[in-house]
Amino acid sequence: MNRTKGDEEEYWNSSKFKAFTFDDEDDELSQVVNSLRDFVDDDDADDDLERVSWSISWSIKETSSNSGSNHEREQLKNRNSFSSYAQLPKPASTYSLSSFFRGRTRPGSFQSLSDALSDTSAKSYAPELGRPKGEYRDYSNDWSPSDTVRRLRKGKVCSLERFRSLQDKLQLLEEAVSMHDGNVITAVLIFLKRTLSKEILFRELEVRQVALRHLIHFLKEIGDQKLLLDLFRFLDRTEELALTHYREHLNIQDPEKRKEFLKTCIGLPFSAEDSAHIQDHYTLLERQIIIEANDRHLESAGQTEIFRKHPRKASILNMPLVTTLFYSCFYHYTEAEGTFSSPVNLKKTFKIPEKQYVLTALAARAKLRAWHDVDALFTTKNWLGYTKKRAPIGFHRVVEILHKNSAPVQILQEYVNLVEDVDTKLNLATKFKCHDVVIDTCRDLKDRQQLLVYRSKVDKGSAEEEKIDAILNSSQIRWKN
Amino acid sequence: MSLPGRRPFPVTLSAGRVYRTSGRSRKSSLSLAGGGYLCRCRPRSCGPAEWTGRGGVGQSGCKPEARSPEAAAVRPGGGHSFLHCGRGARAPSGALSKSVLLPEGEPSCAYPGVLPAFSERRASLFFHPAAQVTAAMAFPHRPDAPELPDFSMLKRLARDQLIYLLEQLPGKKDLFIEADLMSPLDRIANVSILKQHEVDKLYKVENKPAFSSSEQLCFLVRPRIKNMRYIANLVNADKMAGRTRKYKVIFSPQKFYACEMVLEEEGIYGDVSCDEWAFSLLPLDVDLLSMELPEFFRDYFLMSHELWRKLEEEEDGETKGRRPEIGHVFLLDRDVDFVTALCSQVVYEGLVDDTFRVKCGSVDFGPEVTSSDKSLKVLLNAEDKVFNEIRNEHFSNVFGFLSQKARNLQAQYDRRRGMDIKQMKNFVSQELKGLKQEHRLLSLHIGACESIMKKKTKQDFQELIKTEHALLEGFSIRESTNYIEEHIDRQVSPIESLRLMCLLSITENGLIPKDYRSLKTQYLQSYGPEHLLTFSNLRRAGLLTEQAPGDTLTAVESKVSKLVTDKAAGKITDAFSSLAKRSNFRAISKKLNLIPRVDGEYDLKVPRDMAYVFSGAYVPLSCRIIEQVLERQSWQGLDEVVRLLNCSELAFTDMTKEDKASSESLRLILVVFLGGCTFSEISALRFLGREKGYRFIFLTTAVTNSVRLMEAMSEVKA
Repeated sequence: MNRTKGDEEEYWNSSKFKAFTFDDEDDELSQVVNSLRDFVDDDDADDDLERVSWSISWSIKETSSNSGSNHEREQLKNRNSFSSYAQLPKPASTYSLSSFFRGRTRPGSFQSLSDALSDTSAKSYAPELGRPKGEYRDYSNDWSPSDTVRRLRKGKVCSLERFRSLQDKLQLLEEAVSMHDGNVITAVLIFLKRTLSKEILFRELEVRQVALRHLIHFLKEIGDQKLLLDLFRFLDRTEELALTHYREHLNIQDPEKRKEFLKTCIGLPFSAEDSAHIQDHYTLLERQIIIEANDRHLESAGQTEIFRKHPRKASILNMPLVTTLFYSCFYHYTEAEGTFSSPVNLKKTFKIPEKQYVLTALAARAKLRAWHDVDALFTTKNWLGYTKKRAPIGFHRVVEILHKNSAPVQILQEYVNLVEDVDTKLNLATKFKCHDVVIDTCRDLKDRQQLLVYRSKVDKGSAEEEKIDAILNSSQIRWKN
Repeated sequence: MSLPGRRPFPVTLSAGRVYRTSGRSRKSSLSLAGGGYLCRCRPRSCGPAEWTGRGGVGQSGCKPEARSPEAAAVRPGGGHSFLHCGRGARAPSGALSKSVLLPEGEPSCAYPGVLPAFSERRASLFFHPAAQVTAAMAFPHRPDAPELPDFSMLKRLARDQLIYLLEQLPGKKDLFIEADLMSPLDRIANVSILKQHEVDKLYKVENKPAFSSSEQLCFLVRPRIKNMRYIANLVNADKMAGRTRKYKVIFSPQKFYACEMVLEEEGIYGDVSCDEWAFSLLPLDVDLLSMELPEFFRDYFLMSHELWRKLEEEEDGETKGRRPEIGHVFLLDRDVDFVTALCSQVVYEGLVDDTFRVKCGSVDFGPEVTSSDKSLKVLLNAEDKVFNEIRNEHFSNVFGFLSQKARNLQAQYDRRRGMDIKQMKNFVSQELKGLKQEHRLLSLHIGACESIMKKKTKQDFQELIKTEHALLEGFSIRESTNYIEEHIDRQVSPIESLRLMCLLSITENGLIPKDYRSLKTQYLQSYGPEHLLTFSNLRRAGLLTEQAPGDTLTAVESKVSKLVTDKAAGKITDAFSSLAKRSNFRAISKKLNLIPRVDGEYDLKVPRDMAYVFSGAYVPLSCRIIEQVLERQSWQGLDEVVRLLNCSELAFTDMTKEDKASSESLRLILVVFLGGCTFSEISALRFLGREKGYRFIFLTTAVTNSVRLMEAMSEVKA
């Protein structure tokens, strides 16, 4: 941190960490003393205990810096503007007490005093009690897990190296988690990841879900795919494992390599439903590679009319299936089912629903203004050989798509007439100016009024007007209005 | 963090560093009123009141012992009634605002392509041919409504700090800015300020190398790994070339340890100096603060991320003598109410956001709006007088209002005809400028309206809205499903299709398996197989789910709850919900009456409730919760709703003991949206505020809408 002193002062003045300023020092110390009393009097004062160890460690820090070099002091000043401590008398007991309490802060669950004094903790903290005094010189090594986490939270540099036993590491982690600061949790996780074997790390995180989620997020961020996959494998999260592996394909640009990669995804433990999608993805790309190579060749050879007339705007690689189908209906409509690029083949291979197929083929053929193909798309023969028009998507949709592709009125008219619902038919016919349909429908409805209204809309002296007049003058029709 | 039982009064609510400046300098500090309380809502699957992130499915949340002291200090239930709700529910509109009446039958401006008349109430959206400007327009606040604190100070603080940081690297330097920070930076400082502090050239941090010749490079970035890699590449390339320069990285709003780790790994730790720009709250408007963290939604609800700097309550003796400023604080997680955020917006500001994408309070109006060949960047906030009057209005009112405005303006221009020289001089020197300014704004918003109309007509907005309303009300589900299917088959925008599917899923407690399969398959076929990942994300976030095969829970549940007492039923449902998090939208909607019963037309010009922001079809759930809690002064009586919302923890802190809070400050309410809020919600609450004499302050991680929500979940970046 490169703050100048002035800034530092400003910063601390404006912050609420009053514990570090001179004015509040008295309070802080008296609190310490009070809390000490509390401690002696009351065994349950867990939180107070924590506070004790917290504030005392500050004073220890001062002790060490006191005996340290000038440089160290300067540093300290810069960090905390803390030098005032030196002038204050220290309670004699502070020192040993603090080392005694250190590390006995809450490891997740609130430890009672008796817990803390039990064998295990005695074992792990005893060596520290007996540490030679010189070691305390490195003040930053002296923080308890909770102090360390607090410091980390304030964005300070803090060495974690001294937490070497597994228990210490885990305690550090629990402190971090209870602080709810993702940054700190991640800092501790980075340390744990570096200093623990992955088996141990995974095992411990499995029972610490919050930390686990952070590790997963962190691994995703830094792109440590390998460790992430190992982790999912360890946790037996098979679907996440499969998806994470599959996600990798997005980073592979080369189509051949991508295809090969997708092949490796096929056997992964996806749900049954997703397995089929993965298989389809692979097959689709495989097809696209073949079609692309073939068509690029055709296009550059310049012999095929369709490619000359409608040069391709983009490659078909990595396009969705429906787009591929459209492409195939556009360039390869008449091909036999045997070729990979034929629409019928695509339809069969990927079990494209009839609706979807018709919709796409219609759009493609209409775009090419191949009205004959459009016609064929909706013509079915029954067993007697009669032809009948049928559209799985409804003829009103057909009309809209045709209109979008600027089909001529004669074509539109034909399909508007096939719309079953009379109101829809009339609306569409009016919207798309299919005069004949409007006029005939009105006549069939015997709706003289509507016909009169429509007459005012058509051009004067046009054929439509004549037709309307002829009908209006006809004595054969019994108008309903 | 204070300890249980030691909570000092009043408590300063501090959010990250910016609030911390309140300690002594007394700058834009917000304190929780002595009589205020803290309400928060969070889903059951999470831990206690802390904001730990939570990710995927099947995670039971943190262990109970991870409970923070803060959470322990928070008592649910039991509130005091201390809010003076004022006289009557509704202020007489005529008395408070001048009503401008138009000659009837006047045509509104000539808008091409106005849709044909359509009689259905819910669908009659955009065309009110007889333009009448009513008193509802720019409805003012009640005279006793509290004043808003001045947040502009936050901008100045941020700017000063940035300048200070830039000065830390004296001399000429090039500045590399992360794309996401550009718009926020725009609101804080302009290029000339940067130049004043010796910033020479500006670069965008992106995936291509930048060739800067400066001896000093400064990077202004979010603490992200990819930014660190970018910087490392640059520095290491310099090293290879034997070049030495000075590098400084400014993290906003804070530095992450993970970033330092990358710097260390890349061998450039020590070569670059790091600093933090504690800029976390950007005032976008007089009542709107944004943290500008759009990625928060994804990180928090999908991945796992502790809040960068969680809101915390800290002791602060300094505030003891001060009058608290804010009466109530609401913290709402976005996943409490996905439905509202997924709906198409129809109030003007929301519609502008949906159509043109408002970015950091400003919008780029293209040539189709400006009716010139240039695009124009326009700031949209209370300072734009025209915008301020129409922002909260239903779009159908906006045409009429603007045309009336235009006529008034013309009349004012016309006055000059009868003027003598002296009057003319006055007119030119005093009024003309204002009129011209108004003229400019008017034509801009009229242009925007026309452009919106054109776009919406093209995409068959009527049909879309009809489907949305059907989903909200829960009728003709089959038709809606078919509509969505057709959307997908025709390859209409992938985001739109996804949004409708999510809306269907949440309102119906998940799709029935057959539909889920078929829609998903068709979606992958239409928009690409890689969206498999998107579906996985949506499922984990609870946005798009499949009803479990044996999901007869609802039936069992309702039977059980008839048989046993509410409490027992609650417990049983708890057990069920732990199996699958369900949205329960239908039940909540019924309980909270989110679909208003309307006899006849819903008059959008004189809205009767917050439903107007969705054409009278739906009261935004998030806003309804706030309304109800404010009315009751607690969660009391809302137990059933709370249960349905999957909120295990409803933190509720009541600090009624202190009587220092003035009644005025009690009606100042801070609403914090985690994961983003929409302009529609803001409009709805502004309406509530006007009705009841509250003033709302909105704090959000980012302003969001359905498109942003879906894009955050989408794995395939456009």
